[in-house]
Amino acid sequence: MSDAKTIDTMLEVRDIKRDYELPGGFMKPKKTLHAVKGVSFKLERGKTLAIVGESGCGKSTLARMITFIDEPTSGELIIDGKKMDTRPGHLTSEMRQKVQIIFQNPYGSLNPRQKIGDVLGEPLAINTDLSAAERRNRATEMLIKVGLGPEHYNRYPHMFSGGQRQRIAIARALMMNPKLLVLDEPVSALDLSVQAQVLNLLADLQDEFNLTYVFISHDLSVVRYIADEVMVMYFGEAVEYGTRDEVFSNPKHEYTQTLFKATPKADVESIRARIAAKKAASAA
Amino acid sequence: MSLLQIDNLTVEFETANGWFRAVDGVSISVDKAEVLAIVGESGSGKSVSMLAVMGLLPWTAKITADRMLFEGKDIQALSGAERRKLIGKDIAMIFQEPIASLNPCFTVGFQIEEVLRIHLGLGKKERRARAIELFTQVGLPNPAERMNAFPHQMSGGQCQRVMIAIAIACNPKLLIADEPTTALDVTIQKQILDLIMDLQARTGMGLIMITHDMGVVAETADRVVVQYKGRKMEEADVLSLFENPKSNYTKALLAALPENATGDRLTTVSAFFDGNPEPAPSAGASA
Repeated sequence: MSDAKTIDTMLEVRDIKRDYELPGGFMKPKKTLHAVKGVSFKLERGKTLAIVGESGCGKSTLARMITFIDEPTSGELIIDGKKMDTRPGHLTSEMRQKVQIIFQNPYGSLNPRQKIGDVLGEPLAINTDLSAAERRNRATEMLIKVGLGPEHYNRYPHMFSGGQRQRIAIARALMMNPKLLVLDEPVSALDLSVQAQVLNLLADLQDEFNLTYVFISHDLSVVRYIADEVMVMYFGEAVEYGTRDEVFSNPKHEYTQTLFKATPKADVESIRARIAAKKAASAA
Repeated sequence: MSLLQIDNLTVEFETANGWFRAVDGVSISVDKAEVLAIVGESGSGKSVSMLAVMGLLPWTAKITADRMLFEGKDIQALSGAERRKLIGKDIAMIFQEPIASLNPCFTVGFQIEEVLRIHLGLGKKERRARAIELFTQVGLPNPAERMNAFPHQMSGGQCQRVMIAIAIACNPKLLIADEPTTALDVTIQKQILDLIMDLQARTGMGLIMITHDMGVVAETADRVVVQYKGRKMEEADVLSLFENPKSNYTKALLAALPENATGDRLTTVSAFFDGNPEPAPSAGASA
C-alpha cells in the first residue's frame, strides 16, 4: 500500500506558482499578483480530483497551467511520468494531445460559424494525416459516443441546447484520445436535469477510456458525487487536500468548514429544523 | 385576501413558427409575510410570469389572465402611469445579474436616491440619510463612502446588496427575487439569502423566490410552485414537497440532485418520464 511505485501516477504537480504582473502607471509602481502560491498534488490514473474554491482563488489559473495555456512562474509539472517543459516553443504536439480542457460556458467555447463536424474534425486535420473520409467517420463515432447522432454532423452550435453543446465540447476534447481531462466548471451553466446527464456521461467515458479528471467546481454536492480526492483552494493556496471522505467527514481548515456551512441543504431534516426555528421566532 | 393573486396567466410570443406559449395557464397566489418559491429549469416560464406581473415584458408579448390582483386591485386595468407608481414602490424586484442590472454610468448612491426621489419625494438631505441607512441595513461596509462608488468598483455580492437596498427602499409589500444568488459564490450566496430572509421576517413583506436550485428552495420557502415548460406541475408546502412529491417531474428533479445519488450513476429526468418528455400535469397541479 505504502509503496509509492505501485501507484500509477498520471499527474503530479510540485510547488507550482503563477504570478501576474499588473501594469503600473504614472507614479504607480507595478504590482505582482500571486494567483497560485505553490500548490502540490499527485493524481492516480483513472481517478478524479476536484478542486473547490470561490471565484478568484486561483483554481482556473491552476487549470490553465495544467493544460499549458499559461506558463507556470515556477514549479514542476509531471504528466504520465514525464516532466513537462512548459517554456514557450518547447511543447510538442504529443504532450498537448495528452491533456485537454473543457470550459464552463458551452455558449462561448464553440465557434458559431463552424459546423459541428468541422469542430470535431479540426484536431485530427491538424495533428494527423487521416483522410477526410476517415476524419468524418471518427467524428461521427465520437458524436454517437457522447449521446448525439450522425445527423448532428452538419449543424451549427446555435442549433443545440446548452447540454448538447457541452456534449460537443466533451467530444472535441476526446478526439485526440487524451489521458487527462481538465474540466473547468463543466456543469455549472446547466440545468439540474441536464447536469445529471452530463455527469453520467463523464462517468461513462471515464470508465471506458480510463480517463483522469481534474474537476473544478464550486458546487459541493457535485464534488461529493464525482470526486475521489478533493482539494480546497483559498487565495491561491491549497488549504485542504485529501480523499473525498476525509475532507467531507472531517474538514480541518476554517474556510472548508465555512464552505460546508454555506451550502444549502435540501434534506427533509434541515427543512423541518428551519420551519421549527421560524415558528419559534414568530411566536416570540 | 392574498397579496398577489394571479389566475390562469398565459404569456405568448410571436415567432416565425406561430405563437409560442411561454407560460400556459399558471395560477399563483402569495399572502402577506409568505415566502413562495417558484422552481423550474430554464424555459419553464418562471421568470416570464413574474415579468408579466411587473409589466416588464416587451410589447410583442401577449399577456392574458383571468385575474391579476395586487391587494385586490386589478393590475391589468392600470394605466402606464399608475402602474409605474406601483412598480418599484409596492412591488419590487431583484434580478439575477447584479452587475448587469445596475447602470454603469451612475454611482450607486445616485441610483438609490433616484428611487427615493421619484417614489417618496424626499428632499436632498433626507434622501442621502435614508440611502446610507439602507446601505447599512444591507450590510455594505463604509456606507457613506460607497455612495460615490460606481458598480464596476464593487464585487458581485456588494452589487447584489445595492440591488436589495434599492428594492427595499420604499418598504415594498411584495419582493420578487429572480435567481438572486445564481451568479454568486456559495459563501456569498449564504450571506445574501440570510439578508433577504432576515429583511422578509422583519418587515413582513411577501416574497417570491424564483430559482432553479432545490437547495435554495429548501432553505427559504414556505410554499413551492414547480413549473415545467410553462405549466404548473405541482404546488405544495415545502416540507411535503421534499418529503412526498406528487408530480413525476418533481420526483425526477429531486432524484437528479447529486446528493440523492444512489449507486454510481444519477437518475436523469428523462429516465423518469420513460421516453415521454412531456409529463402531463398531475393532480397536485390543480390544487
